[in-house]
Amino acid sequence: MSSDFWILLTAILMSASCGLLGCFLILRKMALIGDAISHAVLPGIAIAFLFSGGRDSVAMMIGATLLGLLSVFLIQWLRSSGVQSDASIGIIFTALFAVGVIIVSLNARNIDLDLDCVLFGEIAYVQWDTWTWNGTDMGPRSVWMLGFALMAVVILLMLFYKQFKLTAFDPALAAACGIPVMLFHYMLMGLVSMTSVASFESVGAILVVGMLIIPAATAYLWTDRLGMMLLYSVVAGIASSVLGYGAAYVWNASIGGSIVTTAGVLFVLTFLLSPRHGLLLRKWRQRRLAA
Amino acid sequence: MDALWMIWTDPNMRWIVAGCMLLGLSSGLIGSYMLLQKRSLIGDALAHAALPGICIAFMLTGVKSTVGFLLGALIAGAIATFGIRWIAAHSRIKQDAAMGIVLSLFFGIGVMLLTRIQHSGDGGQSGLDKFLFGQAASMMREDVYMLAGISSLLLLLCLLLYKPFKLISFDAGFARGLGWPVARLEQLMLLLTVLVVVAGIQAVGVVLMSALLITPAVAARYWTDKLSVMLLLAGIFGACSGFSGTFWSSMVTGLPTGPVTVLSATIVFAVSALLAPQRGWVGKSLRQRRARQQWQQGGTAHE
Repeated sequence: MSSDFWILLTAILMSASCGLLGCFLILRKMALIGDAISHAVLPGIAIAFLFSGGRDSVAMMIGATLLGLLSVFLIQWLRSSGVQSDASIGIIFTALFAVGVIIVSLNARNIDLDLDCVLFGEIAYVQWDTWTWNGTDMGPRSVWMLGFALMAVVILLMLFYKQFKLTAFDPALAAACGIPVMLFHYMLMGLVSMTSVASFESVGAILVVGMLIIPAATAYLWTDRLGMMLLYSVVAGIASSVLGYGAAYVWNASIGGSIVTTAGVLFVLTFLLSPRHGLLLRKWRQRRLAA
Repeated sequence: MDALWMIWTDPNMRWIVAGCMLLGLSSGLIGSYMLLQKRSLIGDALAHAALPGICIAFMLTGVKSTVGFLLGALIAGAIATFGIRWIAAHSRIKQDAAMGIVLSLFFGIGVMLLTRIQHSGDGGQSGLDKFLFGQAASMMREDVYMLAGISSLLLLLCLLLYKPFKLISFDAGFARGLGWPVARLEQLMLLLTVLVVVAGIQAVGVVLMSALLITPAVAARYWTDKLSVMLLLAGIFGACSGFSGTFWSSMVTGLPTGPVTVLSATIVFAVSALLAPQRGWVGKSLRQRRARQQWQQGGTAHE
């Protein structure tokens, strides 16, 4: 019972922060940058592991956030030197991910971080990996990390909601209004990296991408207002966590995989049935107009 | 040196190295076309999408058969490309987000199936997780034959269809105007990409296969403006990366082939980006400096 509670809490915290950030990634047409960041944080985590000699959350957060920002910076740099944007994303994230995998597999004996955990996460073991502070058991560490990430996301979004909104829809106007667009760009990227690391251990590198993009895209088909989109995205994320966990329980499969698959099912349903942008209703409306 | 000699003398190793080099060569070739068509990341989506295909093939047949995996991955890849196009065409979601959705959804399904297979305790599944990062050393003789077959087919097709591929890569509209079956050709190219990706999964793994399509091609692009030279260079770069990947992963125990191959390709890319005569960073900065000096000298001479 209590294990279910912690797993669900972890999944819900993860999907809430991913859902919020994902909206901005979708609106700024940077969905694949999210993909790149979530892969690129791996070497940061591995290096932090090597240096701290254990699962030091703070070191991992810092290492991975730095690597995430470095990857964004490198992609930007390649792009400005004339490489196509998707090719530069492809080069940078695969290279960084390869470095991470090599570090992990060369030190497989010394560090307790295996490739399966990196890819799929181990959300099922969340409750046994606890954080001890001053000798007291404070509860699962992932919950703390994700809670911290979610808090940072919510606080920054609330403080700078107007700025984020304007840079998302019209960066040129935002720049003309005197908003430091680049600063907000890197702030968003930093938040994405931080969330990726915090979610990394629970759902794994590749599924973070799914939780960043899929619920936000689902919300994007439900509404035309940013505020509502953020809300729907979080709701879609949480719904897929809960339903996905149930599915994983029933079919005895990976929890992370089931959560992303459920998010995908929700997306497909929305894609077909959404009142405004859904495929079926649009077709129906077209037919009625033609008749 | 001894190690190199060992590769040459050990017949098994010789086959595997040859296979990986062929793989690098063909992915460099097809990757160049994909790069020119600005569809580099399609390979990434296809490679991730292959995972559920492989799992389903395994669940249906119950054995690790390369042909079954190939078919499964091919079908999954076709569904994935169709899905990406469909989402981008029928909603306001852009191409890149559509790619992210399809990629992560397919991978999620794949992971779900993979864990189900692992939990079901089927005897022959032990090697299935090798598909994630690749382990060239685990390739069987028939896997290498398969790889060689696919690569040769691809090389042959690229040679035969050099002219149409070239035209649709640079100016698809013109090709359509000439009455060529552009859509058919594009589909063929996509099919070839799926084939390479599937063939490469055992050696490089699903996660990093896209690098083998993208990185050598971009590196080659730095050196030349001619398609034929670019194809040749991309093929050579890919083959070298394949060689170094298998070499190092067979030397060091526990080192997966994929990441080493990708890292080798990245090093080739970094060298190209720095040193290529026309577009490289060093050459560019030198030319800029010379131009600035000339301009300054010219400016003083006029005064």
